[in-house]
Amino acid sequence: MDRASTPNLFDLAALALVVGALVAIIYGVKQTNAPLTLLDATPISLDPVHLPGYALRTTIRMLAAMAAALVFTFIYATIAAKSRRAEMVLIPILDILQSVPILGFLTFTVLFFMNLFPGRVLGAELASVFAIFTSQAWNMAFSMYQSLRTVPKDLDEAARSFHLSWWRRFWRLDVPFAMPGLVWNMMMSMSGGWFFVVASEAITVGDTTVTLPGIGAYVAMAIKQQNLAAVGYAVLTMLAVIVIYDQLLFRPIVAWADKFRFEQTASAEAPTSWLLDLFRQTRFLRILALSVSKAAESTTRIRLPIPKIPRVKLRLRISQRVADTVWMSLIFLGAGWAALQVVGYISATLHWSDVFTAVIDGFFTLLRVIVLIALASIIWVPIGVWIGLRPSIAEKVQPLAQFLAAFPANILFPAAVVLIIHFDANPNIWLSPLMILGTQWYILFNVIAGATAFPGDLKEAARNFHITGWKWWRYVILPGVFPYYITGAITASGGSWNAAIVAEVASWGDKKLTAAGLGAYIANATDAGDFHRVVLGIAVMSVFVTLFNRLVWRPLYAFAENRLSLG
Amino acid sequence: MLDVAKSGPEFPLIDLKDVSRSFAKANGDKLVVLENVDLTIKPREIVGLLGRSGSGKSTMLRIIAGLVKPSSGSATCRGKPIDGPPRGVAMVFQSFALFPWLTVLENVELGLDALGVAKVEQRKRALAAIDLIGLDGFESAYPKELSGGMRQRVGFARALVVHPDLLLMDEPFSALDVLTAETLRTDIIDLWIEGRLPMKSVLMVTHNIEEAVLMCDRILVFSSNPGRIASEIKVELPHPRNRLDPQFRQLVDNIYARMTQGAGPRPSASEGIPGTGVGMVLHPISTNVLAGLIEAVAAAPFNGRADLPVLADKLQMEADELFHIAEAIQLLRFGALSEGDFLLSDAGRTFADLDTDARKKLFSQHLLTYVPIINLIRRVLDERPTHAAPAARFRNELEDYMSEDYAEQTLNTVISWARYAELFAYDEMSEMFSLENPN
Repeated sequence: MDRASTPNLFDLAALALVVGALVAIIYGVKQTNAPLTLLDATPISLDPVHLPGYALRTTIRMLAAMAAALVFTFIYATIAAKSRRAEMVLIPILDILQSVPILGFLTFTVLFFMNLFPGRVLGAELASVFAIFTSQAWNMAFSMYQSLRTVPKDLDEAARSFHLSWWRRFWRLDVPFAMPGLVWNMMMSMSGGWFFVVASEAITVGDTTVTLPGIGAYVAMAIKQQNLAAVGYAVLTMLAVIVIYDQLLFRPIVAWADKFRFEQTASAEAPTSWLLDLFRQTRFLRILALSVSKAAESTTRIRLPIPKIPRVKLRLRISQRVADTVWMSLIFLGAGWAALQVVGYISATLHWSDVFTAVIDGFFTLLRVIVLIALASIIWVPIGVWIGLRPSIAEKVQPLAQFLAAFPANILFPAAVVLIIHFDANPNIWLSPLMILGTQWYILFNVIAGATAFPGDLKEAARNFHITGWKWWRYVILPGVFPYYITGAITASGGSWNAAIVAEVASWGDKKLTAAGLGAYIANATDAGDFHRVVLGIAVMSVFVTLFNRLVWRPLYAFAENRLSLG
Repeated sequence: MLDVAKSGPEFPLIDLKDVSRSFAKANGDKLVVLENVDLTIKPREIVGLLGRSGSGKSTMLRIIAGLVKPSSGSATCRGKPIDGPPRGVAMVFQSFALFPWLTVLENVELGLDALGVAKVEQRKRALAAIDLIGLDGFESAYPKELSGGMRQRVGFARALVVHPDLLLMDEPFSALDVLTAETLRTDIIDLWIEGRLPMKSVLMVTHNIEEAVLMCDRILVFSSNPGRIASEIKVELPHPRNRLDPQFRQLVDNIYARMTQGAGPRPSASEGIPGTGVGMVLHPISTNVLAGLIEAVAAAPFNGRADLPVLADKLQMEADELFHIAEAIQLLRFGALSEGDFLLSDAGRTFADLDTDARKKLFSQHLLTYVPIINLIRRVLDERPTHAAPAARFRNELEDYMSEDYAEQTLNTVISWARYAELFAYDEMSEMFSLENPN
């Protein structure tokens, strides 16, 4: 071993981090293989000593879900991008899946996975992981699909004319090109994911209650025992977990992924990470990592001994158009059959009046979403603009806003419930803000980003022509930040629909508050184990969200793209 | 590759016979971009494909590269039909097509990737190619850290490292500034003359006439709509060639003349504007540029008649660019192209002397008389009681004659010309034409 590869001090520090992480993961994973009875034998303890352990279990669930989402993304997006016929089906499905309230599904997934591994903790764990997965995968797959569709033509031609195998091409061209968008969406997914991991750890379906050790279960127990101090501990732990997660995982990934940005010019500011720098300064570990990455790289060179699939050259006398028609009719037949099944299932016990109730409840929730988004916009747009135009402040506030967006607001719900009970306030009004508690930050940090990116020459032009006051807002800054605002508002609105399921029904000990709405409808049906109503509720909410997206957000987004995007 | 050399004499490297290529238009008709082309490439020659944009020369290059399939005719490489990129054919791209996430060395090694060369050998050959092309010291740099000229050198190294029998170049210097392009061209020619480049033959696409005369042994001049080989010119000047050599100038003049002559029998091509009547394809040329060229030719030293190579040189324009502008002026009858010259008509001379408002008036008269689609739109707007009509109506009409892209481009040109002439207004949000101008 020559001098250059002898370990140095940085190695020691980095090694401690690596081994520590490994031990933690192994410990956490071992717990999941225990029999289910263990969960009943060792109920959640509110002693804060156990919190780090719970936090670890929660984090591992997140990691597992992210890994699954990544694999799903690679496969789903690639198929959708490479096959025109598959694309016709896969992309609309993805679009709808994005609008389906995930929390409503917990009921079914828990039962499904528990039956898969009867009597094992693993089943419940998988159900929880699946719930998080469904909150993370769709936008990642969309991002990757869009990247694959826009791979520059010249790079595609270069890859083809240099005879890259598809496997090699995937790793050398497709994945690197998709990487920046994918990493950004992974971060967004992660932020959203904490919310669901907390919600999915303590699940009651009819008479069965499954409690998985984790922060979410800890909070649920604290609510049951009306222990406000424990809620406080959970909040603190969550804060710490998110900071650690961000510093140890995401910062390094973002800094590393910077090299994949498809820009021919060097950018002014590259994202940095102290952890990545630390590793880059180590000697031994760096060489170790290098050889691992080399080994990984060489797997992308493998030319699988699969004989080239002989292109079926039977030119059937069917034109493209006829084949498409056949394919489309098959799809519509399948969809029609599925719709019949759903209607049949629901109509077995329910009537039109039930549909009517669900739709009316849907309008209540819709009203809440609209009012809340409007309120959040009125509050956060001016503040975001103010911050964004002051770079020194924006620099400090921006990470905080992103951090708040990641924080699972449902941990804070008990505090709000205590206040509502104390002041004897109307739950129909005062439970509502909970829906947007966690998602309003998307509006804030997007507006900050928009105001920061607002071109200096336009600012100067406005000053030069003495454009001030309302005119300045109307003609200068609001159009400038609008595209960013829309992006934030879409995320916030989507998140609010989902949050409705946990926000419209909240409890504190034996006291239960309910606000009229579709979220409460689904939550109550879940509690009662009434699957027919759960399906109906989910279907209605999906329709609401999809229509809201199509009729409101998409036109606004198109308008922002066409008319207001700068450059 | 040795046995390839042996079988060489029997089969030409590349042989195209009667190759055509067409694309489907919106209404199901076919748009022919390349028609009945024959080409044979022999060892040790540099062949240039010269033509205007849209003449199908890039399509032909991609047929040889195996990236596009011919609609009819046969394309063979060493006697075998081209079905996918053939071995021993490497390409240099106009946009460089470097992978931004790979270093210079990794980019170059990528060329060897699929050849099954051992890792050590790969490194050796890549370094040799990098050395040859003058990139020593840049091995670990990422493309974004390099200047345009250096990036294209990486593009060359990546293609040369595979020791191709045929090197394809798709306008390799057109994305570079004048000085950089000249340096790189000279370097490549020097290496070629010295016999240090590993490939046997070169096929390059260009629209720069001087570049073609400078580098090629044989130039195929393409005519447009549909793309065909209009003439073949042998360049027998010895290397290194001097741009100021009278023989060199003569050849350049000669090619300019051939390119302004048009393709001959087709009536549409004789006017230089493809398509006829409403189906005319218009290139998006700003009225400022039109007026600018008219003024430049009207003024001294041209005084109404300009030799195209001289004009191109004075205005620092590529021949291709100049042709498009000159053709638009010709369409509007403000001038005409003939025998390598551009001369203004009486109307053109008048236009040059007028003030802005009078120019607009004259321009609008010529638009209505000589651009059928503009005449049509104006007529429809006059006839309708609302004096408004959706753009889609005219877009559909255009798509009966041309591809969607061309229809879009033509419509954009119409909008910009008509706005200048104040013939009618267009609202982008509602996509409506109208006679109302905001007053």
